[in-house]
Amino acid sequence: MEVLGQLLNTTLVFSTALIFAALGGIFSERSGVVNIGLEGLMMFGAFAAAVGGYYAQEAGMGEWAPWVGVLSAMAVGVIGSLIHAVASITFKADQTISGTVINFLAAGSTLYMVKLIFDGSGETPLIDGFSKVSIPGLSKIPVIGEGIFNSYPTTYLAIILVVVIYFVLFKTPFGLRLRAVGEHPSAADTLGVNVNKMRYIGVMLSGLLAGIGGATITLTTTGTFAHNTISGQGFIAIAAMIFGKWNPLGAFGAAVFFGLSQAIRNYVQLFEWSKSIPQEFIFMIPYVLTIIVLVSAVGRSSAPKALGEPYDPGKR
Amino acid sequence: MSAAAPVVELKQITKRFPGIVANDAISLTLEKGEIHALLGENGAGKSTLMNIVFGLYQPDEGSIEIDGKPVIIDNPNKAIELGIGMVHQHFKLVEPFTVTENIVLGMEPKKGLKIDYKSAAEQVRKLSEQYGLQVNPNAKIHDISVGMQQRVEIMKTLYRGADILIFDEPTAVLTPQEITELMAIMKRLVAEGKSIILITHKLKEIMQISDRVTIIRRGKVIDTVKTSGTNPNELAEKMVGRGVTFKVDKQPAHIGEGILKLSDVRSKSKDGVPVLNGLSFEVKAGEILGIAGVDGNGQSELIQAITGLRKIDSGSITVSGKEIANLSPRKVSEMNVSHIPEDRHKHGLVLDFTVSENMVLETYYKSPYNQNGFLNKDVINQHAEDLVKQFDVRTPSIENKARSLSGGNQQKAIIAREIDKNPTLLIAAQPTRGLDVGAIEFVQKQLIAQRDQGKAVLLISFELDEIMNVSDRIAVIYEGQIVGEVFPQDTNDQELGLMMAGSLKRGGHADV
Amino acid sequence: MSRIKKIFATDTYIIPLIAILLGFLVGAIVMLIGGYDPVAAYSALFKRVFGSPYDFGEAVREMTPLMFTGLAVAFAFRSGMFNIGADGQVMIGMTAASVVGIKLGGVLPAFLLVPLAVIAAGVCGGLWAGIAGYLKAKRGINEVITTIMLNWIALFLSNYIVRTFLLLQGQNRSEDNPASLSMTFLFSTFDNARLHWGTVIALAAATFFYVYLWKTKQGYEMRAVGLNPHAAEYAGMNVGRNVIKAMFISGVFAGLAGAGEVLGVFHYQSVFAASPGYGFDGIAVALLGLTHPLGVILAAILYGTLTYGSAGMSFGADVPPELIRIVIGSIIFFIAAQGIVRWVLKPFYFKRKKEKVL
Repeated sequence: MEVLGQLLNTTLVFSTALIFAALGGIFSERSGVVNIGLEGLMMFGAFAAAVGGYYAQEAGMGEWAPWVGVLSAMAVGVIGSLIHAVASITFKADQTISGTVINFLAAGSTLYMVKLIFDGSGETPLIDGFSKVSIPGLSKIPVIGEGIFNSYPTTYLAIILVVVIYFVLFKTPFGLRLRAVGEHPSAADTLGVNVNKMRYIGVMLSGLLAGIGGATITLTTTGTFAHNTISGQGFIAIAAMIFGKWNPLGAFGAAVFFGLSQAIRNYVQLFEWSKSIPQEFIFMIPYVLTIIVLVSAVGRSSAPKALGEPYDPGKR
Repeated sequence: MSAAAPVVELKQITKRFPGIVANDAISLTLEKGEIHALLGENGAGKSTLMNIVFGLYQPDEGSIEIDGKPVIIDNPNKAIELGIGMVHQHFKLVEPFTVTENIVLGMEPKKGLKIDYKSAAEQVRKLSEQYGLQVNPNAKIHDISVGMQQRVEIMKTLYRGADILIFDEPTAVLTPQEITELMAIMKRLVAEGKSIILITHKLKEIMQISDRVTIIRRGKVIDTVKTSGTNPNELAEKMVGRGVTFKVDKQPAHIGEGILKLSDVRSKSKDGVPVLNGLSFEVKAGEILGIAGVDGNGQSELIQAITGLRKIDSGSITVSGKEIANLSPRKVSEMNVSHIPEDRHKHGLVLDFTVSENMVLETYYKSPYNQNGFLNKDVINQHAEDLVKQFDVRTPSIENKARSLSGGNQQKAIIAREIDKNPTLLIAAQPTRGLDVGAIEFVQKQLIAQRDQGKAVLLISFELDEIMNVSDRIAVIYEGQIVGEVFPQDTNDQELGLMMAGSLKRGGHADV
Repeated sequence: MSRIKKIFATDTYIIPLIAILLGFLVGAIVMLIGGYDPVAAYSALFKRVFGSPYDFGEAVREMTPLMFTGLAVAFAFRSGMFNIGADGQVMIGMTAASVVGIKLGGVLPAFLLVPLAVIAAGVCGGLWAGIAGYLKAKRGINEVITTIMLNWIALFLSNYIVRTFLLLQGQNRSEDNPASLSMTFLFSTFDNARLHWGTVIALAAATFFYVYLWKTKQGYEMRAVGLNPHAAEYAGMNVGRNVIKAMFISGVFAGLAGAGEVLGVFHYQSVFAASPGYGFDGIAVALLGLTHPLGVILAAILYGTLTYGSAGMSFGADVPPELIRIVIGSIIFFIAAQGIVRWVLKPFYFKRKKEKVL
């Protein structure tokens, strides 16, 4: 029972970053812009959180320091996403290529800046990051208490955001317009909805959320930023978004699933029988599972219809 | 009426695109309570003009006055503010959304942070009642008929308080009955004080409903006349610039043996919905069989089934007595079946290939184009040169990309390629859609020439006039079934319309 | 003559050139912000590459895998697919070359062993990419996601094979590979720079790319599928088969890169801590080369010069070598968003036209 609670808890630690990034992906893709740059945006976020968090900690901000990290990550994530937005929306560049550019620039510029700021070191100084917070009362519930209600603040934030973003997307005028722009931009345009503006907002929100996602990793898992802090999480977040059918609730479920497969990888090594399995095969689990999941899930049928198409009002 | 300023006055509107003057000093007035028809061929500049009025394009010269006041309409929002609404030819509806969501999009009633769907639906219901539109506010767009979808488009403008409504080719996709209903709706709108601009190239409708007609040709106004003082022949002549015969010249058919035979063909969509529902008919050598029907009743699926692009669940399809059902497209093509596809950009051409490359799209793998796995460019180019000459495809060179050709010339290229294969069966899906009168005549003549050479021709078209004029026999498709077979000389629009709407069955193989 | 005129008239060639200039400019600005001297840095970069026969040879060595992976990504692109998985395909190619070279080293003579190892690398890389092609063709799964996942799986699978079957006792690498692609006859001229036959194979691969795609029946089919799969299907082509075939060929190119690295450069295979990144460089090279084989070769030369020279830059002007990634990322950004370059070029175009009028 105790193991189960711990497993759930670790699952959520791994899932949190994926949830943020997948939610970001939803905003971008629901508005019609493919965002393969989530990986790079998470990198920007992780980097900014490490640097912002470090200086805040140095400045003696104590337990508030990680929040400064989160805010820095949001800001840098948005700035990074603007590159994607300008290229793919304003200049109608191929969205996949422009997303790839983000990944390139993020990999280069974050390390460049780390070396610049920390005198040639390839890694940021270790910081404390977030501590787990127990919710009084709820954390006493067996399994779930240990598993859910004794988590990092970012995990709570992620879960709250899932609900909030679901509401925003499906109940508010903003959400209706965003989805309309991703489905049928010229319909939205003729009703006076500014397509490019909505898409800019969608992409910038994806930068903001993927930035928080990256920050989560530095502030709850690694404590520093280096070249391998973000290694594929952004792409798994994309898979989670697709598997979750571009719906916040679905993406949440998928992210937890991927988090679980990663957590299992750690837990399975506690058991004697797992020693006979080469570690590489255990490492492979999340990636193999992703492919299996995609094979069994429905393809792109539920993707926004105008996904990937630059909007050109002259064309009908 | 003359005392009040016109609701819309366009003064000397000029709009240029690279290489073309789309609108050349066009002036036009719309009086209050009037239905003003804008007549012109495809490409004459009607849509450009209306997009200017609706704020999607900016004129290079000229001005617009609304109720006597000069205005600048630089985006659709401005047009909406000025009370202008547009019912687009290609509906601009978000499919997975409900009727209400589509209507309120951009002007949503709110309750706190949320959209107030309750009051929104209530407003939609009220509008629907006021104008007799009978639209269900909570239905999803993909579940309602084309006619209903058009009413949603109309309601989108009414919800925004439009007084000036622009209808862009509104009858293109409607059955004759739906057209009658639409006319009634337009009359009611005018009676309620709205003014309407009707863009169309269909003379019948203009005569039926409009008060005045402005004819434009190649971007210029040719004339504005009172409908009561003109007739279809005069309008047609003004539109095209020369005398037009409405009847297509053709000799009586010499009908031979059966070529294409379908019996009880059934197929389901991905979601398991039957799309071909026990479909049977025959096309004989030397005849043109026209398939009439409203878009979405299985026409596309029918063509896909014959050409091997769709698997069928049961039934048989034979060409010259040989079963071709569920063969690959290549195998079907090798049975001497040619196909002029419905969507020439998507299915007929590789737009970024040269004209020359496009001419061998189906035969590149055969000798002499293919020699031991390598393409013989000289032969391919020579072949393209020959076809371009023979079918009068206007292109600077065969090395130009297909994308750079006009719609009519793209279609000519496809027809050249398909006819050059010397087929026994020629399938032509919507072969004249979006073409101007000259190109339409060319295409229809080619179809008739093929029939005169003893080929079997299957023509699928949503244009009833085309079906009536070109076909030797007509089969009506409704919900994936042939519900009637008639000869053009024994029927009329009304009867066909009833069959197309599924309320009448006649003759043929249909089990009545 | 008219053909030459046409080449210079179109802006197809001007845009990448301007994009490269703008990329260097961005790099210079970033260096200035960081307090470095861009002139010193760039000159250190080029000095490093062209400074000695050894460095020049090593730069060519650096360019070789880039040519292969660039061709791999470009080939898939031409057929309508985005192969982000060249990285995994390189690793699988390396592993195949290692297995064949080491396991059959004592059995086969060199003239059989080396070609066999190279072929195994190509075929295995191709099959690995073919998985993604198959999933796309049969199940409609986006190849971007699958190739990324396959990269990780390839990394762990390769490590597993090296650790379990090929390990040099007590080391984190395989035994030495007796199969060698080294051009030993050039070693004295280039001061023992690790030049190898892979470079020649890469140039041959580029030629094959061009001839296959533009001169053969199968290439015609593949281009049609890449440009308009719907029309290709209507014309009777088997779209799925072309997708799988295109991914296979793309993977062969990547796999050959692996062979070059293992058989020509290192002569053993390491256990990788993380993905070596060849594939991602390949994306940059392919985009930079406008997915044309000749362009890819030129782009690989540029990219190889920059990455190899970046070490000199960090040595000579103390600039972190990651700067080069910013330069390359910017170049691709400007190529992708051609509108920006056109906008930059606009005043020049106008000037020229005005001059003509006068």
